[in-house]
Amino acid sequence: MSTLDDKAKEVSAEAVDEAETESPTEVNEKKQDNGPWGYIILFFIIGFAASLVIGWGIFPKVLYSQKKQPIDFNHVLHVAAVEEGCESCHFFREDGSFSGVPKLAQCVECHEEVQGEDPNEAKFVEEYVAKGREVPWLVYSKQPDCVFFSHIAHVNMGKMECDTCHGHIGESTHSKVYEENRITGYSRDIWGKNIAGLKKNTWDRMKMDDCAECHAENKAVPKTVETLPWPISWMPRPYEKPASSQVRVQIDKDACFVCHK
Amino acid sequence: MKVCRRSFLSLVIGGAAGTALSPLPWKLIDDSSIWTQMWPWTPVPEDGEVSHVNTVCSLCPGGCGLTVRKVNERAIKIEGMKGYPVNDGGVCLLGLSGLQLLYGSTRVKTPLKRTGARGEGKWEKISWDEAIAEVAKKLADLRAKGLSHTVGCIAGSDRGTVAHLLGRFLTAYGSPNFIRTPSMQDSYEQTMYLMQGAQASAGFDVENADFILSFGSGLIDGWGSPVRMFKANSALKNKGKLVQVEPRLSNTAAKSDKWIPINPGTESALALGLAHVIIKESLYDYDFVNNYSFGFDDWTDDQGTSRKGFKQIVLDEYSPDDVAEITGISYSTIIDLAKSFARASKPLAICGRGQGNTPGSLSEFMAVHALNALVGNINKKGGVWAVPDPDYIRWPEVEMDINAAKGMRANRIDGAGGKTYPDSRYLLNRFPEAVNSGKEYPIEALFVVGANPVYTLPDSRAVKEAFDKIPFVVSFSSYMDETAANADLILPNHIFLERYEDVPMPAGLQKPVVGLSKPVVKPQFNTRHVGDVIIQIAKAFGGGIADSFPWDNYEACLQETLGRKWDTLNEDGFWLDSNFRAPGWERAFDTPSGKFEFFPRTLAAKNENTFPQFSPVEPEGNEGRFPLILIPYDYMRLASGFIGDPPFAIKTVEDTVLKGNDILVEVNPKSGRGFREGDQAILSTPKGSVKVRVHLFDGIMPGLVAMPRGLGHTAYDEYLADKGINFNELIGTVEDPVSGLDAAWGIRAKLTRA
Ligand code: SF4
Repeated sequence: MSTLDDKAKEVSAEAVDEAETESPTEVNEKKQDNGPWGYIILFFIIGFAASLVIGWGIFPKVLYSQKKQPIDFNHVLHVAAVEEGCESCHFFREDGSFSGVPKLAQCVECHEEVQGEDPNEAKFVEEYVAKGREVPWLVYSKQPDCVFFSHIAHVNMGKMECDTCHGHIGESTHSKVYEENRITGYSRDIWGKNIAGLKKNTWDRMKMDDCAECHAENKAVPKTVETLPWPISWMPRPYEKPASSQVRVQIDKDACFVCHK
Repeated sequence: MKVCRRSFLSLVIGGAAGTALSPLPWKLIDDSSIWTQMWPWTPVPEDGEVSHVNTVCSLCPGGCGLTVRKVNERAIKIEGMKGYPVNDGGVCLLGLSGLQLLYGSTRVKTPLKRTGARGEGKWEKISWDEAIAEVAKKLADLRAKGLSHTVGCIAGSDRGTVAHLLGRFLTAYGSPNFIRTPSMQDSYEQTMYLMQGAQASAGFDVENADFILSFGSGLIDGWGSPVRMFKANSALKNKGKLVQVEPRLSNTAAKSDKWIPINPGTESALALGLAHVIIKESLYDYDFVNNYSFGFDDWTDDQGTSRKGFKQIVLDEYSPDDVAEITGISYSTIIDLAKSFARASKPLAICGRGQGNTPGSLSEFMAVHALNALVGNINKKGGVWAVPDPDYIRWPEVEMDINAAKGMRANRIDGAGGKTYPDSRYLLNRFPEAVNSGKEYPIEALFVVGANPVYTLPDSRAVKEAFDKIPFVVSFSSYMDETAANADLILPNHIFLERYEDVPMPAGLQKPVVGLSKPVVKPQFNTRHVGDVIIQIAKAFGGGIADSFPWDNYEACLQETLGRKWDTLNEDGFWLDSNFRAPGWERAFDTPSGKFEFFPRTLAAKNENTFPQFSPVEPEGNEGRFPLILIPYDYMRLASGFIGDPPFAIKTVEDTVLKGNDILVEVNPKSGRGFREGDQAILSTPKGSVKVRVHLFDGIMPGLVAMPRGLGHTAYDEYLADKGINFNELIGTVEDPVSGLDAAWGIRAKLTRA
């Protein structure tokens, strides 16, 4: 049995031992002083570099799964064949709502029979037209359920072009791969091809900040949504008006509910 | 190389720094927040084309117009129809929850035939052809044996084409036993008939009244047409007064201008007491009383005997002092109330307790109606109107063969229209007793349409016993309700959002209106319109019965019947008789005297003491054994009719009414001595004992216990079944001496520790 005092003595004895054994090699140790630091830095760099590789390179690959559209669709071919351009298939309904992805009924108007040689065409007619099944198109621009977006307000009233948000999709000859976020179930097009979220074109991303950017630029009043100097999720709720005049988000009562239903 | 601890730490720090400079953490944070908005188990309507369909609700007698929003083929939301003459854009909780009735789990999805014991829940799916053949065969067998009159039909309504098809079928087949489920409508119809000689329903111009005196009618608890009453009540706030007379502080009482607690069951005494004051102070409408009424002053009957008039009886026997004694309301309150009622420019007195789901005492209805007559607001703006049924069902007479004629000559099983109760049309309250005693004749087959008698009729045990005695019960319910669960065959009807049907005369409306229920969505299951099924059964018989149903199907029948109204109904959702005006006083009364009868001659000939008299309806039970009195109460969030609360609605019931699965009964702290809030107790009445919890409530008069209606379902789904107690298990019926309708308003009870 040892008392506290005993323990204290034992410890100090060890310390003396160590000091004694180390003293003869003192010179060598000084020479190698750079050694441990070198390793430390080396490991820091390894860790740093590896995580950058993971974060920038591997993570995006793992995060998104790659899906093919059920039918490879050629926009160019169709635009050339139809009379009213984009509106032939993507149009406003009578009540002003937008019919974005065409329903089978619209396709059937022309595709009751197989046309041409394309195997995609044959598959389309066989599997969908003949069976009366809707094609489960994957929608690149699908927003979360709580987001309310009115096409007519933007296209007819705001006079915006489709490609401002959707890019030059009308000029594609094949359906591009649909990359689905494994966590959210959303298309990569919402966050943007660039994993850092940087964009070159207006249509590269479709997040709230992108809406806000355009609204701020165009002073789309009265329900202006403007960019924040920080991510929107950092805002205190309910959104209060902070002292800084930098705040450029709509803070009117009910403003949030214009877009978030 | 020696990898020491420091190197490892440095690797980790390097990794952390690198990670922070990569998009990984930021993207993950963002994605997880999006994920929370996107939980796959949150139901979200699909994207698609939005459309709106107008239709009419038939979940209660209110008959509101609805606008249903659809996305593609799915109904998404039910809203009130703007411009509809009943509810103008409003909707109630039950109507709003209609989608859960459409898509929910309580639907009967295909015709079912019982395989186990009654109520055991064992069913076999059968085809429609088999089902119809089985019913037709059973009915044909009975008819061949000369027993056609032993077939009965209980229906939720006797108006509109579906009810008429049912009645027509019974007539052609040979049974007089079409019975409508009871409600205040029975008493009001009879009041209208006896006092005004009108075959009409009572319409209340509540929007134009400026003083509503309600004898327990829950204007905002679901009385009459609930949404309309809500609106009228709100409008009244700015221009008039509501005085609520009832023993319990209901929501209506709480929101009224004045709540007058009254000894339960003494309402007619108060009405007569008010009449006393009005007459004594000469506050009545001279023109109406002198020129358009009969029996106010003393009169001589056909035998030459002189009889006291209404005036004399009321002056002699119902002085405020006497009435104060009976009702427990103070002398001065009675005087003030009478004066303010009579002096208001458009006073209106209404009755029918709670939601008006029980008929009540006829003399009470007549006493209240006499108040309206005294102030002359019969058939006038802001008053009570006699509204005839819209007369659009004009089918050729049924050709009855010998069997039919013989069957139709049999007495009705419920005794309505018979010797004892000649002026009553339906007496479902007498049905269980008639079946159980077998005095008249046994009932061999029963159809139930738009009704759930096993749940809604008082004295559940007797009702269950009667059903057990009937060998062949066919339910046409869309839902697995209590009656369907106890049937032999279920032939599920489309629900109101899937079918065409005319919905005439919203309860209590003072204008003749016909609404049209339209299919909002395609039938979701293998159900069939009850109208079609009746036509098909009739056709299966061939001969005269089939000939009475010349239509190919129900829709053809409906279109043909509505004729020119069909287009209006399809476009606007309703048809309103624009020529209809307040009937006024000239030639409006088709009584023996041609006037409004304060003292109905037909009654006086039979029995002198029926009216105007306060003859208390005593609650059943012995006062010594059962010191308290149990009364029911109605409440907007609990559907107590043939439809039970859907999940949305039951969720809104607060925990002073239902806590977990336990029902709470309201007791005044003075009568609930020894009980603390929420205590368990046994509530017993002569009809049975149940476990309840106690809610101490100052808003109920001492000596009473109040229990909500609409709970205690045993059928439907897990959201509703086994929650609380069905009030009907605890109460019996008391026959009104004049009408034979159920006049019970409460029953003696006791509360003991559990
Ligand atoms: S009040 Fe009656 S008719 Fe009107 S919406 Fe509610 S349940 Fe339907």
